[in-house]
Amino acid sequence: MATVAADLETPSFLTSENTLSSWLLTRDHKRIALLFFASITVFFFVGGFAATLIRLHLAMPIGFLQPSIYNRMFTMHGVVMVWFFLIPSIPATLGNFLLPLMIGAHDLAFPRLNLASWYVFNLSGLVLLYALIMGGVDTGWTFYTPFSTLYSNGYVLAAAMAVFINGFSTIMTALNFVVTTHRLRAPGMTWYRLPLFVWAIYSTSIVMLLATPVLAMTVLILAVDHVLGVGLFDPGRGGDPLLYQHLFWFYSHPAVYIMILPAMGVVSELVTCYARKTVFGYTGMTLALMAIAVISFFVWGHHMFTAGISIYSAVVFSLMTFFVAVPSAIKVFNWTVTLHKGSISFDAPMIYALGFVLLFTVGGLTGLIVATLALDVHLQDTYFIIAHFHYIMVGGTVSAFFGGLHYWWPKITGRFYPEMWARFAAILTFTGFNLTFFPQFILGYLGMPRRYYAYPPEWQPWNVLSSAGASILAVAYVLPLGYLGWSLIWGRRAGPNPWHATGLEWQVSSPPPQYNFARTPTVTIGPYAYNTEDGSYTAQDGTVHA
Amino acid sequence: MPAWIPFWPQTAATSGVVVNTLFVAELAVCFLILVLVFGMMLSFCVRYRRGSPASRTHPVQKTWKWEIGWTVGTLVAFLALFVWGAAIYIWLYKSPPGDIEIYVVGKQWMWKMQHPGGQREIDALHVPVGKIVRLVLASQDVIHSFYIPAFRIKHDVVPGTYETAWFKATETGQYPIECSEFCGTQHADMKGEVIVMEAAAYTRWLAQPGSGPSLAQQGEALFRQYGCSGCHGAGSTVHAPSLAGLSGSLVQLQDGSTVRADERYIRDAILLPENQIVAGFPPVMPSFSGQIGEDDLLKIIAYIQSL
Repeated sequence: MATVAADLETPSFLTSENTLSSWLLTRDHKRIALLFFASITVFFFVGGFAATLIRLHLAMPIGFLQPSIYNRMFTMHGVVMVWFFLIPSIPATLGNFLLPLMIGAHDLAFPRLNLASWYVFNLSGLVLLYALIMGGVDTGWTFYTPFSTLYSNGYVLAAAMAVFINGFSTIMTALNFVVTTHRLRAPGMTWYRLPLFVWAIYSTSIVMLLATPVLAMTVLILAVDHVLGVGLFDPGRGGDPLLYQHLFWFYSHPAVYIMILPAMGVVSELVTCYARKTVFGYTGMTLALMAIAVISFFVWGHHMFTAGISIYSAVVFSLMTFFVAVPSAIKVFNWTVTLHKGSISFDAPMIYALGFVLLFTVGGLTGLIVATLALDVHLQDTYFIIAHFHYIMVGGTVSAFFGGLHYWWPKITGRFYPEMWARFAAILTFTGFNLTFFPQFILGYLGMPRRYYAYPPEWQPWNVLSSAGASILAVAYVLPLGYLGWSLIWGRRAGPNPWHATGLEWQVSSPPPQYNFARTPTVTIGPYAYNTEDGSYTAQDGTVHA
Repeated sequence: MPAWIPFWPQTAATSGVVVNTLFVAELAVCFLILVLVFGMMLSFCVRYRRGSPASRTHPVQKTWKWEIGWTVGTLVAFLALFVWGAAIYIWLYKSPPGDIEIYVVGKQWMWKMQHPGGQREIDALHVPVGKIVRLVLASQDVIHSFYIPAFRIKHDVVPGTYETAWFKATETGQYPIECSEFCGTQHADMKGEVIVMEAAAYTRWLAQPGSGPSLAQQGEALFRQYGCSGCHGAGSTVHAPSLAGLSGSLVQLQDGSTVRADERYIRDAILLPENQIVAGFPPVMPSFSGQIGEDDLLKIIAYIQSL
C-alpha cells in the first residue's frame, strides 16, 4: 500500500533525532509522554517498595519495623502512590501520547507548557525524595491537623511543598488537554464522534483544573500554620482542625475521580475493540463521565461522618454519594452489554479490562456500604476502607493502566509484547490482587483500624493471606517491566493497526511519525464502527477495512 | 494463636445488633448485583467468544429504555438502604440522656476515664449491663477516635471541643477499645478495654476503696481555686449570671439567639467567654483558654452541672 510505503520513509518520533537534548528539550507530546512514563515508573516502584515492607511487617502480629519507621512507610506509600503515580499515571502518559493522535492533531495546544509540566513534576519529586531521605513523614498521606502542624516530628513542610509543586504540573497538563480538546479537533471530529478515552481525559482535566488549586491553598495554609504558628487549624489558638479536613477532602475526593475517570476511558476503548462491537450507549457513557465529574465535588463530607460534622450535613453527603454511584453503575452495565453478541477475543489488554470491570464493581459496591451512614460509623478508618479504595485505585486504575499500556504498546514502540507472558501477568494481577485485598474487608468488619503497626494474634491468618497475595501482586507488576523491555529489541514488529481498531491513532504508522499526520485527517464517522458479523470495520477517517 | 479464625466480630450492645442487620442486608443486595454483573459477563464471554457459532444478528437496540430501566432500578434499591442507614446514624449520633455519664479524655497514647463518683481509670472502662452510658469525649492534644468494635460505635475526639457518644451494652464481658484515627508514633498502642458488668458487680466496683471525692466535689474545689466563685458565687457583688440550674436550660444570648447549655456550651463559655455573651450581662469575664487542663475542665463542668 502506498501510504505504508510513504510512512516507512518518514522516520518515527523515536528515531527522528537521537541526541540527549532532543529528548530533554523535546516539544513532541509523544516523547514527553515517554518522559512522564519513566518518571512515574520510578515512583511506582518507590511506592511499591514501601507497600512491600508494610505487608511483610504485617505478616506477624508484632512485625520487625519500629513504629516510627512503619508510620513513615505507610505515609510514603500513600503520598507517592497518590500524587506521583496514580494521578499522573494515565493522563500524563497515555493521555499525553494519544489525545492529539485520537483527535487528528499534530501536537497538544501548548507543547512548551507540556514539557514544563514534566520538569515541574520532577522538581516536586526531588523535593519529596529530599523529605523522605532526610527522615520521612509520619502523618499519613492526609496530613491531618493539628497532628501534622504541632505534634509530628517528620519533614511535613518539605512533603507539603512537594505536593504543592506537584499540583502545578497537574494543572499545566490539564489546561493543555482542555484547550487541545476544544481547539485542535480535526475537521469532522465533532464532540459526539470523540473516542470515549478523549471524553474521559477531558472530564478528568476539568476536575483537575477546579480541584487542584484548592489543594494548593490548603497545603499553603498548612505550611503557614506550621512555620509561622498562625493557628488557623490549631484549636489552642481558636482555629478549627475540621476546617483542614473540609478543605483537604474538597480536593481529595474529586482526586479519586481524577484517578478513575481516565481508567474508565481506557477500558471503554479496550472492551469495544476486543468485542468487535460498538460501545453500548455511547451518549450515556459520555454523560456519565461528565456527571461523575460534577457530582464528585459534592461528596467530600463522606470522609468525615465520624469526625463531628453536623448530623444533617452528613445525611446530605451520604445521599450525594449514593447519587454518584448511578453514573458509575450505568458504565458497568454498558460495558457488560457491549459484550453481548460481540465477537470477543481474550488478548492480554482485554483480560486486564474485564478484570477492571469486576474489581471496579466490587470497589463501587463496597463504596455504597461505606456511604451508608450507620455502617460507616463502624467501618471508617478500618481495613474495610483500605480494601474498598484499593479495589478502586489499584484493582481499577492500575489494571486499566496496564491494560492500556499493553493495548497501545505496539503503537508506542512499533513492537508486539509477548502475548502469552502478558496474559499470564494479567491473570496473575487479578489473582494476586483479590488475595491481597479481599481478606482486608473481613479484617475491617472485625474492627482492625488502619495505620496499626501491631494487631491481636487472632487476626494473623487474614493478614498472612493478604501478605501472600501481595507477593503475587509484586511479581505480576515486575513481570511487565521485564518482558516489555525485552520486546523493545526482540519483539515482533507491529504494523500500523495490529488490533484492527477504528481510532485515528491506528491510521498512522507505528511508532507514529514526528508530527503525527502528514495531512490532517478528515473525520466522517463516530468512533466504534465495528461490524461484528463479518469482522470488518470503518476507521474514523472513513476508510473501510475488510 | 487460637485454633479458629475469626470471621465475624463480637456483638455486645443494642447498636451492634442494629448495625449487623443493616450490614447483612446491604451485603445481600451487593452480592446480588455482583452475581448479576459477573454472570452476564461470564455468559457473554463464553457464548460470544470469537469463532463461536452463536448468532450475532439483532443486537440490543433499545438503548434509552435499557439505560433508564437499570438506572432507576439500582437507584430505588439503594435509596432504601440510604434511608435505613441514615435513620440508624441519627439514632446513634444524637445521644439520649444517659443513665450514667462518663468523661473520656484522649491523649497520646491513652484513654483516661472519669466517672461521676470520682473514680478514675486509664485504658479501662467499667460499665453496667443494660444501662445507657453516655460518654463525653475530649482530647488533650491531637485528633483521636474512640472506637468499640463490639458495640459498632465510633466517634472522633477532636481537641478544642466536646463530642458525645453512647451505648447500651447487652452482654457482660470485656471488649477492646481502640483509637482509630492516626495520632502519632504509638497510635496502635492506644487501646483499652470496656468491662461490662452485672449491676451488683458494678455497684461493688464503684464502692471499691481508694476512690476519693466525686467529680463534682473535686470540681467545686477547682471552682474556688480558679476564682470562678468570686463572681458566680452566691455572695458575689459582681453582676454575673447565676449558674444554678444552668445545665440543660436554654440560654438567651446578647445577639438574640438562644443556645442549649450542654457540656460543649459550658466549655466554650469558660474558655472563650467573649464569643457567647449572655443577654443582660456585661462581657467582663476573662478567657481561661490555655489555663485549665482538660481533666480539671471536666471536673469544673461536672460541678456546674450539679448546681
